Amino acid sequence: MKITLKVWRQKNKDAKGEFKTYEHNHVSADMSFLEMLDVLNEELTKKNEEPIAFDHDCREGICGMCSLYINGHPHGPLQTTTCQLHMRSFQDGETITIEPWRAKAFPVVRDLVVDRTAFDRIQQAGAYVNVNTGGVPDANEIPISKKIADEAFDAASCIGCGACVAACKNASAMLFVGAKVSQFALLPQGKVERKERVEKMVAQMDAEGFGSCTNTYACEAECPKGIKIANIARMNREYFGAMISSYQIESGGGGD
Amino acid sequence: MNLDSKIPEGIVAEKWTKHKFNLKLVNPANKRKYEVIVVGTGLAGASAAASLGELGYNVKAFCFQDSPRRAHSIAAQGGINAAKNYQNDGDSIYRLFYDTVKGGDYRAREGNVYRLAESSVSIIDQCVAQGVPFAREYGGLLANRSFGGAQVSRTFYARGQTGQQLLLGAYGALNRQIANGKVKMYNRTEMLDLVVVDGKAKGIITRNLITGKVEAHSADAVLLCTGGYGNVFYLSTNAKGSNVTAAWRAHKKGALFGNPCFTQIHPTCIPVTGTHQSKLTLMSESLRNDGRVWVPKKAMPGLKSKDAAAIPESERDYFLERKYPSFGNLVPRDVASRNAKQVCDEGRGVGSGLAVFLDFSDAINRDGEDTIRAKYGNLFDMYAQITGENPYKGPMMIYPAVHYTMGGLWVDYNLQTTVPGLYALGEANFSDHGANRLGASALMQGLADGYFVIPYTLGDYLATIGWNDKVSTDHPAFQEAISAVNDRMNKLINIKGKKTVDDFHRQLGLTMWEYCGMSRSEEGLKKAKKIIQDIKAEFWTNVNVLGGASELNQELEKAGRVADFIELGELMVDDALNRTESCGGHFREESQTPEGEALRKDDEFAYVAAWEFKGENQPEALHKEELKFENVKLTQRSYK
Amino acid sequence: MKWFLDLFSSSLGRKVLMALTGLFLTMFLAVHLAGNLQLLKDDGGKSFNMYAEFMGTNPLIQFVSKGNFALIIIHIIWAIMLSRKNRQARGEVGYAIAPKKSTWTSRNMGILGTIILIFLVIHIRHFYSEAHFGSIPTQVYDGKEVKDLYGEVVRWFKVDWYVALYVFCMAALGFHLWHGFTSAFQTLGLNHMKYNGVINLVGKAFAIVVPALFAWIPISMFFV
Repeated sequence: MKITLKVWRQKNKDAKGEFKTYEHNHVSADMSFLEMLDVLNEELTKKNEEPIAFDHDCREGICGMCSLYINGHPHGPLQTTTCQLHMRSFQDGETITIEPWRAKAFPVVRDLVVDRTAFDRIQQAGAYVNVNTGGVPDANEIPISKKIADEAFDAASCIGCGACVAACKNASAMLFVGAKVSQFALLPQGKVERKERVEKMVAQMDAEGFGSCTNTYACEAECPKGIKIANIARMNREYFGAMISSYQIESGGGGD
Repeated sequence: MNLDSKIPEGIVAEKWTKHKFNLKLVNPANKRKYEVIVVGTGLAGASAAASLGELGYNVKAFCFQDSPRRAHSIAAQGGINAAKNYQNDGDSIYRLFYDTVKGGDYRAREGNVYRLAESSVSIIDQCVAQGVPFAREYGGLLANRSFGGAQVSRTFYARGQTGQQLLLGAYGALNRQIANGKVKMYNRTEMLDLVVVDGKAKGIITRNLITGKVEAHSADAVLLCTGGYGNVFYLSTNAKGSNVTAAWRAHKKGALFGNPCFTQIHPTCIPVTGTHQSKLTLMSESLRNDGRVWVPKKAMPGLKSKDAAAIPESERDYFLERKYPSFGNLVPRDVASRNAKQVCDEGRGVGSGLAVFLDFSDAINRDGEDTIRAKYGNLFDMYAQITGENPYKGPMMIYPAVHYTMGGLWVDYNLQTTVPGLYALGEANFSDHGANRLGASALMQGLADGYFVIPYTLGDYLATIGWNDKVSTDHPAFQEAISAVNDRMNKLINIKGKKTVDDFHRQLGLTMWEYCGMSRSEEGLKKAKKIIQDIKAEFWTNVNVLGGASELNQELEKAGRVADFIELGELMVDDALNRTESCGGHFREESQTPEGEALRKDDEFAYVAAWEFKGENQPEALHKEELKFENVKLTQRSYK
Repeated sequence: MKWFLDLFSSSLGRKVLMALTGLFLTMFLAVHLAGNLQLLKDDGGKSFNMYAEFMGTNPLIQFVSKGNFALIIIHIIWAIMLSRKNRQARGEVGYAIAPKKSTWTSRNMGILGTIILIFLVIHIRHFYSEAHFGSIPTQVYDGKEVKDLYGEVVRWFKVDWYVALYVFCMAALGFHLWHGFTSAFQTLGLNHMKYNGVINLVGKAFAIVVPALFAWIPISMFFV
């Protein structure tokens, strides 16, 4: 196969970027999309041109590190991660445009690499159960209905890649945050802190500069893990419920 | 050097309890005066950093990925073992202990393994409390399955994404400590050297992968939770970024490396399609429950899946069923892998020649396609997506791939390496798995080390050195290490040779796979040693690393890692040469039974081989830690 | 009260305000349509004029009507704020190829809303303000003198460009509702497998039937 690539090149976060065009003549249909870029990078290196920087790690669709906005789709035309996309999904002679994720909250670091630490900060705001190691009850002391456990799992299977943000015309992170909020809101372990959790996580999400959801559902259509927008609805419910009914207790010392 | 494993005396079931009591404690008010560095944020690293933060220590955690959640533990599929005996099928801590020592082909320490089995129970409790959505029965209690040929159902799982869910649990705990200010997280930061002052680990040198800035971090102790080194083979099921650099740098600063040649090869991976191949994808070995492995009796080069049905039964060789009638297709990983390689070496491989069929047609005829889809649907989909072929219509093609490394930094019972203050956890240490790891045990070990071992054992060391045994990063040792790191990077950049980093890495990988993979011989290993030395010499004169050191430079990152892999490769070969027995994942051609099965030599090799770095281009020195078996009876494994 | 302000200035709160005001405005549409349908009654405009008189003088209706204006304004202002924020969220450099895995309607609620807004301005100018403040002829029914708004409507509905504009804007309204109706439920967190089907059905039916009936009136009156 021969393909033409239009790739966004940008030296660093402050530099101005531009598209560069590469003719790639050594593509096989069995290559994964990232392997196609590997081969191109080796060819570039041999020509003493700096290779294209892109994020990737596990290459089996689970770590969430790979990104790439390919021909108008995060992770390309299939609903999977870029590392699981193969060149047989493209036509011989096709022109493929590769852009980085675009969002104010995901600044470009270099070429196709973006900074997604905003997602980490949102989770630091409360995507956990406040338990220390040790001193927890026996695992079977908390029965959880299979349906609920499965639904929580569906939400928890989010890989945090950011495709939802990349796909959304508003660069909204609500599918991601909704999935996180849902996982804990569904499980009894998470119920204790559900109100505070959702308030903090939404506040952090807003502080990071993500947009609002306008229910275009592009996120759900592009999510490589099939996370459902029902999670956003659940987050909305949780959030209003929390804002209306949570206690705001001034923290202060106890004792006598 | 005297290798003191510090295994407590007494009966195996009481060792850990007794040891915990004997360990010194750090006064709660003093904990905040200590700094601990944790490198790597997989299951071991994230759980350790979180637990130590909870105790009150100041932790600095490092990962090279853009988020700690992406560490490669996330890719583990099958499950995690725990001796809960929820299924009332006769499991116990002792049985898990016994199975693990036996599964490891008697090359693991009894004391460590017992502790691992003991901790397994608490791990499940901990993970459930964190909100890990394990599979459940309709009654609401936890589900279990039997895994990897175990006789009891002790494996807890979260669909095929157990590693992901456990890591997200540990990542949550880590995030909580980051939010509390007890853990300072450094994403996209790679450890490039260890700093040892007066014989004690006192800090590390890191490079910020975005800015290229090289920095020194001092601490009272350093924990390496950096995973395994399967990528020395270039192609493996590891993540592309998984590397040995942190462990190797520590090794060169005095930490002994244990059993480097112990590598696990997983039998059910998707075969290589060409030189562009960048990694191998594992499919759960549960597939072997219903799939039958075969190749044609006579070589049929290039045989495709779609033509397989045309081959009559009489011309097929179900070689596992033929050789191992009682276990059949369910023989352990090493046996299945080795036999697949053997038939391919005979020229009977299918597809590219490096593949065997895994055929579900009998199962589909027997149970119907829907039943098979319900059991393995996601795996079949994954196979179809990667290969573009429909596994419901023709047999899958599989081939073994490097999956896990049992070897690693030598540690004592406290998980401390031979450098005081330097610890190794999870896959990074030479571990509790002996010469072969059982399925669903890697996750267990990572979390046991991080949640339930290091919080105790680290305190003992810290209490011993005291909180004012500090070394500032202005110390000459730090400054020297920084210059060494910078010099090395500049050297790499200035070679400006003709070959890419991957050229070298592929060459190294092929050599390792050929001569130090599933089957090893003295002749082959000696050849490999020579080749690796040549690769090393050429690498340092002919590699081409473009770009600078003070920017995001993925080629430079790779170059540093590959340089370390080359050195490690040589040590693995040395270790394999030394071990003239077959055991676990290490099959030595000179040591086999008349039927061609692995022959262990307990009289000569019931020891851990721990290697000491003696200087650049010097042979490493071998130290032996004898293994004592007081509870488990040593027998030759047989699957006939 | 800080929590209250936080709530409605958060990304989720803004959406909920859009959803609540939107849903109220759809109810208003239904009521308005019920009134308009009286234009089709063959009584020379009597019922319509009486109805208009009632709506124009009843204090409760007046109160609701003012509230309605307020809601429209909130709906518009929040829409502008949201759109601005959402545009900023994309960052300075946008995509060369726009994302496409969503319906055109859902991506262009702003444009549709703007068309509806323009329509509203014209509509209010021609009918609402005329009825309230203008000096239009009167009719006497059962001894009561009321403004002949019907006559005014008939006059306008004979103007071809006006009818065309009206129909066009009703189409925009239809598309706006097509997305907006069900979207409001999602925003309010009312996404449940058991009810999604009904909400969807009602939403889509409403989005077709209501604007179609609105548009039918001028068309039928134009050709009479």
